[in-house]
Amino acid sequence: MLVNNFLLLGAALFSIGVYGVIARRNAVMVLMSIELILNSVNLNLIAFSSLHGNIDGNTFALFVIAIAAAEVGVGLAMVLLIYRNRRSIALDELSEMKG
Amino acid sequence: MLAETAAATSGWFLEHAYLIPVIPAVAFFVIIFFGKKLPWHGAEVGLASMVAGLVLAVGTTWQWIQRVESVSREEGGALARGMFGFARGLVPQAAEGKAEPYVDPVIRSWTWWQSGGFEFSVGQHIDGLAVMMLLLVTFISTLVQIFSLEYVRGDRRYTHFFASLTLFSAGMLTMVLAENTVQLILGWEIMGLCSFMLIGHWWEEQANSKAALKAFFTVRVGDMGLLVGVAILFGAFGTFSIQETSRIAMDPATSQTVLLWAAIALFIACIGKSGQFPLHTWLPDAMAGPTPVSSLLHSSTMVVAGVFLVARMYPVFYNGFDIAQNGNSANVIAVIGGITIVIAAALAFVQNDIKKVLAYSTVSQLGYMMMGLGVGAWTPAVFHIFTHAFFKCCLFLCAGSISHTASHHSFDMKKDMGGLLRRMPVTATAWILSTLALCGVPFFSGFFSKDEIIDNAHHNGYTAFWAIGLLGAFMTTAYMTRATYLTFFGKPRGAAAGHSDHGDDAEEHEMEHADPVPALALAHAGHGAADAHDVHASHDSHGAHDAHASHGKPAFGFPGESPMLLVFPIVVLGFLAVVSGYINAAPFGIEKFLEWVEPRASEFAPYIDHATFTWAKAAPSIVLVALGFIVSLAVCRAIYGEADSKLKGLTQRSRLARAGYDFLANKYYLDALYEKVIVHGVAYPIANVAYWINQNVLDGIVNAVGKGGRRSGEWVYRNIDQTLVDGTVNGSGSVARGTGGALRPTQSGKVNQYGALLFGAAAVAALVLVLVNT
Repeated sequence: MLVNNFLLLGAALFSIGVYGVIARRNAVMVLMSIELILNSVNLNLIAFSSLHGNIDGNTFALFVIAIAAAEVGVGLAMVLLIYRNRRSIALDELSEMKG
Repeated sequence: MLAETAAATSGWFLEHAYLIPVIPAVAFFVIIFFGKKLPWHGAEVGLASMVAGLVLAVGTTWQWIQRVESVSREEGGALARGMFGFARGLVPQAAEGKAEPYVDPVIRSWTWWQSGGFEFSVGQHIDGLAVMMLLLVTFISTLVQIFSLEYVRGDRRYTHFFASLTLFSAGMLTMVLAENTVQLILGWEIMGLCSFMLIGHWWEEQANSKAALKAFFTVRVGDMGLLVGVAILFGAFGTFSIQETSRIAMDPATSQTVLLWAAIALFIACIGKSGQFPLHTWLPDAMAGPTPVSSLLHSSTMVVAGVFLVARMYPVFYNGFDIAQNGNSANVIAVIGGITIVIAAALAFVQNDIKKVLAYSTVSQLGYMMMGLGVGAWTPAVFHIFTHAFFKCCLFLCAGSISHTASHHSFDMKKDMGGLLRRMPVTATAWILSTLALCGVPFFSGFFSKDEIIDNAHHNGYTAFWAIGLLGAFMTTAYMTRATYLTFFGKPRGAAAGHSDHGDDAEEHEMEHADPVPALALAHAGHGAADAHDVHASHDSHGAHDAHASHGKPAFGFPGESPMLLVFPIVVLGFLAVVSGYINAAPFGIEKFLEWVEPRASEFAPYIDHATFTWAKAAPSIVLVALGFIVSLAVCRAIYGEADSKLKGLTQRSRLARAGYDFLANKYYLDALYEKVIVHGVAYPIANVAYWINQNVLDGIVNAVGKGGRRSGEWVYRNIDQTLVDGTVNGSGSVARGTGGALRPTQSGKVNQYGALLFGAAAVAALVLVLVNT
């Protein structure tokens, strides 16, 4: 069934995204992974939307895209500032906590 | 009924009269945001908006007149309608065939906002009164803005000045064509705010900012009445619409008690806004603002707002106070108006500041308007708003012109003026013409309006107010003669004589030859006006000093006529001060104002009776005016003139005269009453008692509680705190510490770790969700 393919693709993308968030040190890569996660969710929303034949899912997907754009804008700005301050965007070097 | 008046013509201007306040309101924002970048610093925007408003107002007036004429033409089926809706013992005059059909106002409204299912609307209610006020306000505002171009030139807040001035006019215009009482309050409050900003325009001086505050707060005292009155009317009638309120108020079935309370509440607002006794004290202090502001404030906006409110909601007042009852010889409006006429006129005698004389004069004339409305003389009172606006605006602008050009920004008549007739011939002519109009000298505009009020007071059975009106006319003439004498005749003094910078003996000597006899004033003034034309024909607006050189006179320290921008509005207004009365000149049978402005008796408006004019009835006031002039002139010459006389320094010698002078000079001690007695008298004892209670009762209780508390506290400390509570606290502390230690590694600051925890938790939650749902 077609929906299953979409859902499988979404699950695969989500897993890759989670892997990236957990395993990657580079902040930009983490942001890209988050994008992957969000887009896998979008895929799910649209798949179900076409399955049920109503456009609520599409609407939500549009919102998610808009918010993702804003989020990545803020995120990249922060990364840029971090880079200017520290000459590095390795996330594991960012911590100043004692724990 | 609608079918009957469908024939009434309308037109674009009538239908779009709401644009008149919208334009200056928009202009206000343009000036505020872009004014400083514009070549004239925003003044051109304000002026343009006023001119646009004036054009629209003229169109509206024209179409309104056509509308009235078109209705009057088909008088056939209308008589029956004229008789309809007479209420509360009125005498229908339809039998005489004079009752004309009611002209429906042009009403449009839009929803402003909705609240709880109720719609607040905003719109226009264009009838004769609104049209008259629209024309008046836009016209006066335009002239005042022209005057201000020169008068406040170089002021540090030039742009803001024009912004406030424009918004001020917008507020008045909004109020004037208000379709409902909420919109009326809106315009009313905009004006209150703008008057505060304008009076306090030069707020660096403490006195000015105090005056602004005083004006604002005094008016606010009255504004409470407006809110309460509108609330009463809405509560009782369920509508904000002015038209609908009028209809219900005219309905004989409506409870008079409701109307009475609403009328009292609304009238309190009018007392505050229109400077009626006892809240008139803010008006003279409002002179702290720049002169154009005073001029605008005192002629067509702000202070006439209260009079306008009474005229607008007249059915409420008319039936609330039972004005129609002949022989019902007093009501609140008439009494307050009457008192105001006399006390304000008396105060005008002891002022040295020329603007304050005019301020009290305004208060007194507003008293006339109120009294006129109170005695049922609706049309004369409204007509007096019309004529008064022109000559009072002119007088103020003259005062501004003098201070701007001749007296080095001083307004003190005794110190810095005198003998200005020859130096400022145009200003002097306009001043004298306006003064004649103000005094009600026959054939000048004030005569036609003021005498109508006095005459109708008698006609409607209010004999006491007829006498007060006559007394007021006498006093008006007397104090205006004094002001004119001090300003334009006699010897120049202080700044007017050039003492403050260039003393010039030759100049003074020449001035002594100026004829101090006012009887010749008009001849001189006329001659002077011709002179001034020469001056301005050959020189630009800044050439005043040069102009005098060209006349072969010494240029130093010589105050010439003011620049063109100041003189132009003065000339226009001085002209109108003479002729504006002829729109409704009863002695000549011209009654256009009555025809165009007065709402005809109907279910929306009461029937307004009119006295017929005869010269015999006008004679007492004419005689009194003449008498006032002669007496005042004689006294002025005795006190301020050259010759020694017994009256000189009377206030220094006679204790009685001194006491009277002090009483007036201290404004009946009303300010002292408000501040010392009411504010101090009420606030200070309360503060003292509160302090005593604080020190003895409250402190005692607090101390006793404190001591008791300390004892019990010690016991509790020893037995409960140390053992029980501390044990618990320490226990929980060590538990928290242990937990914290255990959880500390999770707060690593490592983003990836956080992400792992987040997704782990999400996975666990998803697992739980799946398990629970299956």
